[in-house]
Amino acid sequence: MTDDYNFAYLDEETKRMIRRAILKGVAIPGYQVPFASREMPMPYGWGTGGVQVTAACLTPEDVLKVIDQGADDTTNAVSIRKFFQRTAGVKVTEATAEASLIQTRHRIPEAALTEGQIVVFQVPIPEPLRFLEPRETETRKMHELEEYGLMHVKLYEDIARHGQIATAYDYPVKVEGRYVMDPSPIPKFDNPKLDGSPALMLFGAGREQRIYALPPYTKVVSLDFEDHPFEPSKADHDCDLCAASDTYLDEVIMDDQGGRMFVCSDTDHCRCRREAGHVGRLGVAA
Amino acid sequence: MYVAVKGGERAIDNAHAWLAEERRGDPSVPELGVAQIREQLALSVNRVMAEGSLYDPDLAALAIKQARGDLIEAVFLIRAYRTTLPRFGASQPVDTGAMDCLRRVSATFKDVPGGQVLGPTFDYTHRLLDFKLMAEGELPVAPGEPVQPVQVPHVTGFLNRDGLIQQEPESDAVPGDLTREPLELPASRALRLQSLARGDEGFVLGMAYSTQRGYARNHAFVGELRIGTCCVEMEIPELGFAVEIGEVELTECETVNQFKGSKTEPPQFTRGYGLTFAQNERKAISMALVDRALRWRELGEDNSGAAAQDEEFVLMHSDNIQATGFLEHIKLPHYVDFQSELELVRKIRAEAMAANIAQQEAAE
Repeated sequence: MTDDYNFAYLDEETKRMIRRAILKGVAIPGYQVPFASREMPMPYGWGTGGVQVTAACLTPEDVLKVIDQGADDTTNAVSIRKFFQRTAGVKVTEATAEASLIQTRHRIPEAALTEGQIVVFQVPIPEPLRFLEPRETETRKMHELEEYGLMHVKLYEDIARHGQIATAYDYPVKVEGRYVMDPSPIPKFDNPKLDGSPALMLFGAGREQRIYALPPYTKVVSLDFEDHPFEPSKADHDCDLCAASDTYLDEVIMDDQGGRMFVCSDTDHCRCRREAGHVGRLGVAA
Repeated sequence: MYVAVKGGERAIDNAHAWLAEERRGDPSVPELGVAQIREQLALSVNRVMAEGSLYDPDLAALAIKQARGDLIEAVFLIRAYRTTLPRFGASQPVDTGAMDCLRRVSATFKDVPGGQVLGPTFDYTHRLLDFKLMAEGELPVAPGEPVQPVQVPHVTGFLNRDGLIQQEPESDAVPGDLTREPLELPASRALRLQSLARGDEGFVLGMAYSTQRGYARNHAFVGELRIGTCCVEMEIPELGFAVEIGEVELTECETVNQFKGSKTEPPQFTRGYGLTFAQNERKAISMALVDRALRWRELGEDNSGAAAQDEEFVLMHSDNIQATGFLEHIKLPHYVDFQSELELVRKIRAEAMAANIAQQEAAE
């Protein structure tokens, strides 16, 4: 397949067009740049935006990591990794520290990211105001005028009804005090990792034809109120395999008697900890 | 204890192998050839070409075979292939007035110059299952002379001569390309038509039907429906003139719609326009009705708040490849987000229940 298609599948013209959108996004952090998204050989909703951004950024020297739900071995992560192995022939890895480019869906790795790394997020709905105002023509105007009152009213209504902001993922952030941005459907536990990250963060929404970016060391604040400060949350447990108390956990149903276990959603992070000798409640010493 | 989540790669490979086996079906039944699909399931092929935006009956037939007859999946295969093709130029506008018509009917006049030509249509068939088709080997032959396609004038042209129908402004502006530029709203009529032409037949049909039932009713008559082949010409820069590079089959529908007139303009009919690849009447007529509904602003009509008048609503939801992708993606793993919701609901419930207990205790 590498012979039949251009490096990383897309033709160079298309990559150039995408890179221009990325550069514009980097220049205006948090601003959604329209781009002429192509039809990819996987369906919209499977990460076509992320795949196009990755394709535009990849060089033959890159080391690629692909995760979905924090795991390297979920079906769609496997499929996207395989796609780039076939079309770009790049080296792949599961180790966060070894990767120069990480494409992710719904998580940010637990291990601290470093300068020079690129994280590509797959984004279904890039517009943070979409479910408050369905019209693109209106929401673009709202961003233009920095008119974010509607969002604050929504958060306030949550507090009035539920006693807290009832958004657990896709939690809106403000970028460099200007644009309200959708961080993609990561759990709000991951939001603090966006702030001042040394890695370049790129967001691709294929179906909605938008790209946006957070250059390294960008100030990213999760929206909140003084008396209801933002709280990243996770299951109130330790990982049952590696005993980590500071990672985002998946809840796994073990039987029909209510038996459950909690394990790190970041499979690479969990593996590293177990290899380093950490043993959780249900784990076995390495 | 270890969570068994490994093995995604093998599972995918095995699923694909199983799919291939299912696609072939019972091996004791002869395999379907691409040429058979192209010739005998021509209307499926036409739909795939129209919504796939690629005129190639053989590839469309192949896509239908590969997709096990799932036409949206087939459209997707064609679209994904189409994006990889180099663009070396654009054709001249196709002259549908010079179409070699196989079928041409007008609902607005009893007879028109060039005549009413029924052509190969289901229109007056009785929808009775023909059990003879279950036996193979039958070769139907239409009696009479071999078909002589005819070139006939556009019916709306007759109305135009008397100023009874609104004149479309002529323009040499190069229309945008939806597949090369992101759609920005408001869109030009050219872009709207482009979007409708590749839009899902079912969606466009539903939108058109809603206008007929009173949601932005525009009183459409089929002024003319024509099906036939047109030459495609392209200007070759080295030659400096246009040469014919092939021909395509097209369906064109022009509707004649009511218009009340205004203070400045006397009453006049208006138009809706539909054009699709190959024989695809339902789609072409639907497209014309929706096109007309979307023209409310330009024609100085009221926006009644109907879905079919709402450009953003129609254009953003007509593409079945986008729609089916986003719809079906919810079957992909979402457990990280679900986990965060689970925790939130547990927390809110715990607080609500604690508050209830406190209230009860206070009451006692």
